[in-house]
Amino acid sequence: MFDQLSDKFDAVFKKLRGQGRLTEAHVTEALREVRLVLLEADVNFKVVKDFVAAVQQRAVGSDVLKSLTPAQQVIKIVRDELGRLMGEGEDNALDLAASPPVAIMLCGLQGAGKTTSCGKLALRLRKDKRQPLLVPADVYRPAAIEQLKTLGRQLDIPVFDSAADADPVDICRQAQDYARNHGFDTLILDTAGRLHIDDTLMDELVRIRMALSPREILFVADAMTGQDVVNVVEQFDARLDLSGVILTKLDGDARGGAALSVRAVTGKPIKFVGLGEKMDALEVFHADRMAQRILGMGDVLSLIEKA
Amino acid sequence: AKTHDALWGRLDAVLGRAERIDAAVLEELEEILITADFGVKTTTALMTALQQRARSAELTAEAVRAVLREEILALLRAEVAPLELSASQPFVLLVVGVNGVGKTTTIGKLAQQFKKQGRSVLLGAGDTFRAAAAEQLAIWGERCEVPVIRHSEGADPAAVAFDAAKAAVARKVDLLIVDTAGRLHTKVNLMEEMKKIHRVLGREIAGAPHETLLVLDASTGQNALVQARLFQQAVGVGGIVLTKLDGTAKGGVAVAIAAELGLPVRYIGIGEGIDDLRPFDAEMFVDALFAPPARSTSEQS
Ligand SMILES: Nc1nc2c(ncn2[C@@H]2O[C@H](COP(=O)(O)OP(=O)(O)OP(=O)(O)O)[C@@H](O)[C@H]2O)c(=O)[nH]1
Ligand SMILES: Nc1nc2c(ncn2[C@@H]2O[C@H](COP(=O)(O)OP(=O)(O)OP(=O)(O)O)[C@@H](O)[C@H]2O)c(=O)[nH]1
Ligand SMILES: [Mg+2]
Ligand SMILES: [Mg+2]
Repeated sequence: MFDQLSDKFDAVFKKLRGQGRLTEAHVTEALREVRLVLLEADVNFKVVKDFVAAVQQRAVGSDVLKSLTPAQQVIKIVRDELGRLMGEGEDNALDLAASPPVAIMLCGLQGAGKTTSCGKLALRLRKDKRQPLLVPADVYRPAAIEQLKTLGRQLDIPVFDSAADADPVDICRQAQDYARNHGFDTLILDTAGRLHIDDTLMDELVRIRMALSPREILFVADAMTGQDVVNVVEQFDARLDLSGVILTKLDGDARGGAALSVRAVTGKPIKFVGLGEKMDALEVFHADRMAQRILGMGDVLSLIEKA
Repeated sequence: AKTHDALWGRLDAVLGRAERIDAAVLEELEEILITADFGVKTTTALMTALQQRARSAELTAEAVRAVLREEILALLRAEVAPLELSASQPFVLLVVGVNGVGKTTTIGKLAQQFKKQGRSVLLGAGDTFRAAAAEQLAIWGERCEVPVIRHSEGADPAAVAFDAAKAAVARKVDLLIVDTAGRLHTKVNLMEEMKKIHRVLGREIAGAPHETLLVLDASTGQNALVQARLFQQAVGVGGIVLTKLDGTAKGGVAVAIAAELGLPVRYIGIGEGIDDLRPFDAEMFVDALFAPPARSTSEQS
């Protein structure tokens, strides 16, 4: 998915390498191209700005320019900073350490992949020997409840019997009681897609949060999203104090700058990535892999060898 | 709200502060355009146009504004006409796009609009893959009192298209709108499936589909360009519907698409309600790009 980005980085660094010894101006020029590459990948411009500034500072502040292998050094700094930004080395596991039933709430913009991700999470949790109950709390979108019920049937995982004329907060409360009485240890709450500027619907999420204190509140983000994702996720985080992010639709060729943007702005970990429409297409997020992928580490390593 | 600093507001801030339009100001303008998802290429083109004007005359803040507006409108090919149902009866409309952009919802809204114009409409539930997709379309059908041709989940979508085309002819409807499953443009087999739907419609009704609409989510970044290119190659897109413009994303990538592929935006989606569809108005779109920050719903009421 990040092939183009890697290629671009590659070209930038080949050019750097061709320069022999580097000057500060060379670093600045290379970073200008890095900036363009990231912008083309839809990384938010503020995030790009901070990223480039951090790399510049480290490159100029260290002995990079005096070193015999300046290109390598710059590559290493870019790669390290990217890794840091993506939350390298952090634990992205779900935190379900609370007395059951534990609630996981999914939220996000319309069409991001919440309902699909609920099904995928349920499947994963069952494999982990948990007893999940899917809870349809989207009473707005036509056939949203039916969508989750269908997924539940396909997976043979129970779905709470919500009614489309009920209040989503009540649905969640009732589902919690039901789970308690029927031996379910995990609730997966599917909420309706909503805009971050829709106060009424954002309040609804806050009320669900107050009623159930979900252990995990995951923001579901579409990997194809552009610059605005930082505004959106900032608002969701401000209202709900998110615990993490699920990045969907990474099976396409989106450059996925949203991954960097969301992580950089909220500081919250990306916990899972969605890699398809099927229920098993959910993987744990690996920051290091993602950063390596962005940089095309195979190429970079061979570059370092040649340099 | 601290959501989206509006382009105009930021332009004013940048230009008001600046003594003259120098490199630093241009660089800030560049960032402003990037933030609206114009993309590096289109932004660079716009900046070049600005710089050329700046060379021949001292640019005032007003002039910068006018130039940007003019250039963006030119890229959008503002003169493009809205979708007209041609003489063909039934007129067949195929709706395509990647996952979750708003295809099914847009079809509900379109059905409502054409129904209100006194046309008879039939819907084809060509998404047999996604859970409860046909159910969803059926509910839209009920809302605007339009019949829906559907098969069971997992059926061949081309067979749905076939039946829908047959029914449209038999019932002599004015308009048949065919929904399709969301598909990423990179998935070869799914793109082939869509081509088959396209072919089947053409075999049953001369010239069908008479229009293929590509639905794009306004919050999409530069990937929308690739989407447009590949859907265009596969089935020949006639126009774009830009959805979710009621959010704070500006949909600037549509300008890049219009510029590079010459695809007109025909409609915009501005909400989840049945009437939240508007014909695209380039001037309004550009003004909205530059409008004050979106206010939250509670502030409005
Ligand atoms: N290719 C791909 N498609 C996905 C992925 N996740 C979800 N989808 C598709 O994206 C579309 C929207 O998914 P939903 O789960 O309905 O999204 P949602 O966020 O629940 O949507 P609303 O409830 O309407 O806000 C569907 O067509 C899904 O099949 C993914 O990882 N890859
Ligand atoms: N705010 C807003 N939401 C919209 C708009 N258009 C569609 N939606 C919402 O976006 C979500 C996805 O819409 P759908 O019509 O199901 O999208 P789709 O392209 O058919 O999705 P798939 O069939 O799963 O690929 C739903 O929650 C819709 O209510 C719009 O203009 N504004
Ligand atoms: Mg949903
Ligand atoms: Mg659909």
